[in-house]
Amino acid sequence: MSDNKIKVPLMSEVAANGGEVEVLFWVGCAGSFDDRARKITKAFVKLLNHAGVTFAILGEEEVCTGDPARRAGNEFLFQMQALTNIETLNMYGVKKIVTACPHCFNTLKNEYPVLGGDYEVIHHTQFLQGLLEEGRLTVEGGDFKGKKISFHDSCYLGRANGIYEAPRKLLQALDVELVEMKRCKSRGLCCGAGGAQMFKEEEEGTLRVNQERTKDILETAPDFVAAACPFCMTMLTDGVKEKDKQEEIRVRDIAELIAEAEDL
Amino acid sequence: MELLLIDMPRLVQQVIFNSILLVTALLFSIKAKEIYRNIKMGKAEDRSDQPQQRLKNMTLLALGQKKMFRNMIPAVFHLCIYVAFLVTQIELIEIILDGMTGIHRIFWPMLGGFYTFIISFIELLSVFALVATIVFLSRRNLLKVPRFQMDEMSGWPKLDGNIILYVELFLVFCIFTMNTADMVLHNGEYGFLVSGMLMPLFSGFSEGTLHFLERFGWWGHIVAVFAFLIYIPFSKHLHIVLAFPNAYFGALDGGANKGEMANMPRITEEIKLMMDPSLPMPEEDPNAAPARFGAKDVEDLSWKSLLDAYTCTECGRCTDACPANQTGKLLSPRKIMMATRDRLEEKGREVAKNGPEHDDGKALIHDYISAEEVKACTTCNACVEECPVSINPVNIILELRRYLILEEANSPEEWNLMFGNVETNGAVWKLPASDRMKWIDEMNE
Repeated sequence: MSDNKIKVPLMSEVAANGGEVEVLFWVGCAGSFDDRARKITKAFVKLLNHAGVTFAILGEEEVCTGDPARRAGNEFLFQMQALTNIETLNMYGVKKIVTACPHCFNTLKNEYPVLGGDYEVIHHTQFLQGLLEEGRLTVEGGDFKGKKISFHDSCYLGRANGIYEAPRKLLQALDVELVEMKRCKSRGLCCGAGGAQMFKEEEEGTLRVNQERTKDILETAPDFVAAACPFCMTMLTDGVKEKDKQEEIRVRDIAELIAEAEDL
Repeated sequence: MELLLIDMPRLVQQVIFNSILLVTALLFSIKAKEIYRNIKMGKAEDRSDQPQQRLKNMTLLALGQKKMFRNMIPAVFHLCIYVAFLVTQIELIEIILDGMTGIHRIFWPMLGGFYTFIISFIELLSVFALVATIVFLSRRNLLKVPRFQMDEMSGWPKLDGNIILYVELFLVFCIFTMNTADMVLHNGEYGFLVSGMLMPLFSGFSEGTLHFLERFGWWGHIVAVFAFLIYIPFSKHLHIVLAFPNAYFGALDGGANKGEMANMPRITEEIKLMMDPSLPMPEEDPNAAPARFGAKDVEDLSWKSLLDAYTCTECGRCTDACPANQTGKLLSPRKIMMATRDRLEEKGREVAKNGPEHDDGKALIHDYISAEEVKACTTCNACVEECPVSINPVNIILELRRYLILEEANSPEEWNLMFGNVETNGAVWKLPASDRMKWIDEMNE
């Protein structure tokens, strides 16, 4: 464990000091508030720090991107959030944003430009893969070497934005045995959280969507399920737990796996 | 009618043929115009950019059937019917020219040996198409492939699917009857491949019978083709035409930006005005009816969503892949498309009869698609990914959601709580902004 405290500067401080950072880290609501997702945030920040990336966060100036409001149909609320965020981001002259949430990623990348917010938006798996390729981050398997790992594609990363390879390349760098579930990549099954479903009970049916996805997981029976989305994380963790398999099959974000392998 | 026609003199046949041709063209164009007018009821949306990329998409997706091959077995059989359909057009042109002019096999003297090759090739493809048609009938009626057995497929949609396949069987049957009889009549002079092999079946027949069979096949084929042409615009089979424009006007980026929802500029104006009251008020036409937020009915949807509805051939790949449907929810993306088409047809008739201002008391939402279905979507885009002909059911679902929330305030209580949190705390949960950075202290503990 590193003994030194990691400094996480605020964008407002950076701007006040006339400094510049390589990238703005968009933490997101889940990454800020959710107990489980906060662990992902911490792991990712440790990796940024380890790789010597200069970054800042908006802190209290960050508000929800508006994705769940928009998907639920509340366009007013979405645009209020979006225009507020764009005002903040443009005020700081932000050019590059990284986020560990595919929903924030999709909204910032695809839906803010038409409202006046044009940024280079990168998902944390792409960013980490970039660091790996540039040699700023070295990844060794550590405890994960040879472990059976399945990657669960997030809908907003995969189908919505065509990102299938970056997360898999990171896992391969960990020297794991990557085993695909029967439904993967463009055929990947949703975890059930998207489209604002995270924030309400599902409609009446025979199963919950995460229970259906858990069947795929149990069938493949990996040592780890790698996720790249805080909402998938919640859904898959719940699904595996419900089947009492949380000891055999652990659900982790890719950033957590790498940070753990690096002993950070 | 056919039986009577068969022994009639050539001139009479010619007159009857040309009359049927004219009536078919008329009926087809009336319905085609109606469909065009219905699609134009939708909201304007510019999809004319990047024509080269669009042409490429159309070539790959419609002509090349790229996405069909995500599902290999049906793709191969579908390809058999599709290729046979395309190539058979050559013979169909000949039949139409023969019918109009009264000449028998107009291309034969012009092409000779090449004619033998073409017709033999068509015969071979027809055999493949025949096999594929029987496979498809079995999949629907014997093997009962689950996606053809769902609720929305009962009644007319099921019958529609079978009618199309039975007509295909009849068309192939007629082609072989005609060619085989003709081959026997001409002592195999044409040299056709498959009907040449079938000749022994007809060998004992009198010249009169053979002549009858040849005419039966010819008239049977062409009348079935014309009947089919009139039928197609009323049927799910319309995809054979609309798959092409639908792929052309479909998503451009190979689907890589499926996550983007269309913006609502009117709302942007209002919010900008709220944030900065010094901005000039947007100019509004005082006579314009207040535009609706989201979609209550078909005319509130983009014209592309309406073209989507007419293009849908009810294959159900979307519903098969839908996580909500797989877990027993009411939502079926295919049903969304079918309901949109049904309502559009109804609304089209209504507007033609009573004008666009008349309210028939019905709407797409609630009467055709329930709020429960709309709310069950996870926007995972699996349906969009699976559609071989570039249909996007999620666009319709999300526009209906916008209507439910913005116009009816028809929202689950939990969503209202989430909205409230986002509005007051800038976060989806009821936690203060000051907690946003707690993780930093946790990390450095």
